[in-house]
Amino acid sequence: MKSYKSDVVIIGSGAAGLASAIEIKKEDLSVLIIERDKELGGITLQCIHNGFGLKEFQEELTGPEYIQRFINQVLDLKIPYLLDTMVIEITKDKLVYAVNNEEGLIEIQAKAIILAMGCRERTRGAINIPGFRPAGIYTAGQAQRFVNIEGYLPGNSYVILGSGDIGMIMARRLTWEGCEVKAVVEILPYVSGLLRNQVQCLEDYDIPLITSYTVTKIHGKDRVQGVTISKVDRNFDRIIGSEKFIECDTLLLSVGLIPENELTLNAGADLSKNGGPIVDNNLETTIEGVFACGNVLQVHDLVDLVSAEAQRAGKNAIEYINTRYGNDIPSQGKIKCIAGDNVNYIKPDFINREDLSKDVIFTFRVNFPDRRVQIQIKDEENNVIYKRKKVYVIPSEMVELKINFDKLENKIESDSIVIEVIPRPEVLIEEDEVL
Amino acid sequence: MAESSKNVVKVIRCIVCPTGCSIKVIGKDDSDVTFEGYHCNRGLEYAEQEFREPKRILTTTMKVEDGTLPLIPVRTNEPLLKAKLNDALKIIAQKQIKAPIKMGDVLIENILDMGINIIASRNLEKNND
Repeated sequence: MKSYKSDVVIIGSGAAGLASAIEIKKEDLSVLIIERDKELGGITLQCIHNGFGLKEFQEELTGPEYIQRFINQVLDLKIPYLLDTMVIEITKDKLVYAVNNEEGLIEIQAKAIILAMGCRERTRGAINIPGFRPAGIYTAGQAQRFVNIEGYLPGNSYVILGSGDIGMIMARRLTWEGCEVKAVVEILPYVSGLLRNQVQCLEDYDIPLITSYTVTKIHGKDRVQGVTISKVDRNFDRIIGSEKFIECDTLLLSVGLIPENELTLNAGADLSKNGGPIVDNNLETTIEGVFACGNVLQVHDLVDLVSAEAQRAGKNAIEYINTRYGNDIPSQGKIKCIAGDNVNYIKPDFINREDLSKDVIFTFRVNFPDRRVQIQIKDEENNVIYKRKKVYVIPSEMVELKINFDKLENKIESDSIVIEVIPRPEVLIEEDEVL
Repeated sequence: MAESSKNVVKVIRCIVCPTGCSIKVIGKDDSDVTFEGYHCNRGLEYAEQEFREPKRILTTTMKVEDGTLPLIPVRTNEPLLKAKLNDALKIIAQKQIKAPIKMGDVLIENILDMGINIIASRNLEKNND
């Protein structure tokens, strides 16, 4: 078995992996990117629609254009990478085991590891739809790869379950390719993706959006013949008698994403409720020197936010190697961050007390849409340490807060804080802060 | 509205930000209208454009000869009239382009004589196998 050494090993060459690699290379540390696909770029390569880059580059790009800019930087900086290479194990001692056709099994000793494996799609198995197992059932991202990269159409007439952004974008994409999209079916009473996609992908083409409905049966034995959809009540239980049949030859599922956790779990890192690894304010997992960023940590709605988070992870990995690596610096304790009212999950899961003088970046999602809210952070005694107003919150939009706790009037004395989004006293919408 | 001859011609859902204002287009006919229900100037600009001349960036794929992949993602270099999207798609679908291709390469010039180009969204190498 061949052995290599690298200061940092990055697993995954998508938006997260590339952005963190560039940060590290700029500091002249050695870095190696490991990618299982045949080319650098990750999932952004198949997202050929526009809407990327407004935050990172202040211009509107397609997914491939966005990621090409990072790929070009990686090539210019001569950052080493392995393609067609699968990482099969990482250890607490920062050993990375990977395998490929050229070298077989290889071992890389790193000082720090950045987890940037992204996420995968939930499948039919995750949502238990009855029926046979005919051909013609795909996840939306799978169909996206077929249509945009491989050049195949998965079918002719479609029902799409789930109104997330990928589902809606695929509805337009398939329409443009001459297919018929019969309906986008959403179990929630409102659309899950961005309004922009609802308008430009569905309403532009008169594709019906059926909310509070879900697919309850898939018809067809060899090939999908159609689906039965049923209305659901508040508990998402189907309402008997509300069934409707829709004829189609393909069902696309856009029903959520799950972080790729196998390597993380195997290495012994702890996972949090949202599915990704538990991290502190440095994006460091519960294994020292192992960092996580991008969709493996939490599902982002914009790739720009993935890049920004990955740049932070890269900087933090550098700081780790330059200060803490090999030195036993005692911790001053941790403050647990707890998701309170209308907060689905919060990152980071912990703040290190010694980092309270730094900017801490919180990211979270709400459970349900709300308007004219107050976001606040409380300690264990219910003292409000921080608060701010927000005009609206929706589950499809991640909220980001940057807080320097040392600059706040109230200090955190307790071992935990609660972040909550609550209704605020009536104020006129016009008086609100600028969006 | 005091004047009964003025009515809501169209309702445009603003996509500039997730507030999603419903902007009403009010007037006697298409040529003389006012906009109501927007909360910022960007919203007004969007609604005016969307009412008078809706445009979209078109993103699709084009067939590739001798490439490491069979398709290359492409887009219009500027927004195209929404009404012309289908015509543009038909032209792009008929075209095949030879690898290697660089991001930004003009693959179709002046599509539909509208002064808009179809450009490559990524690099694509020649297949040497």
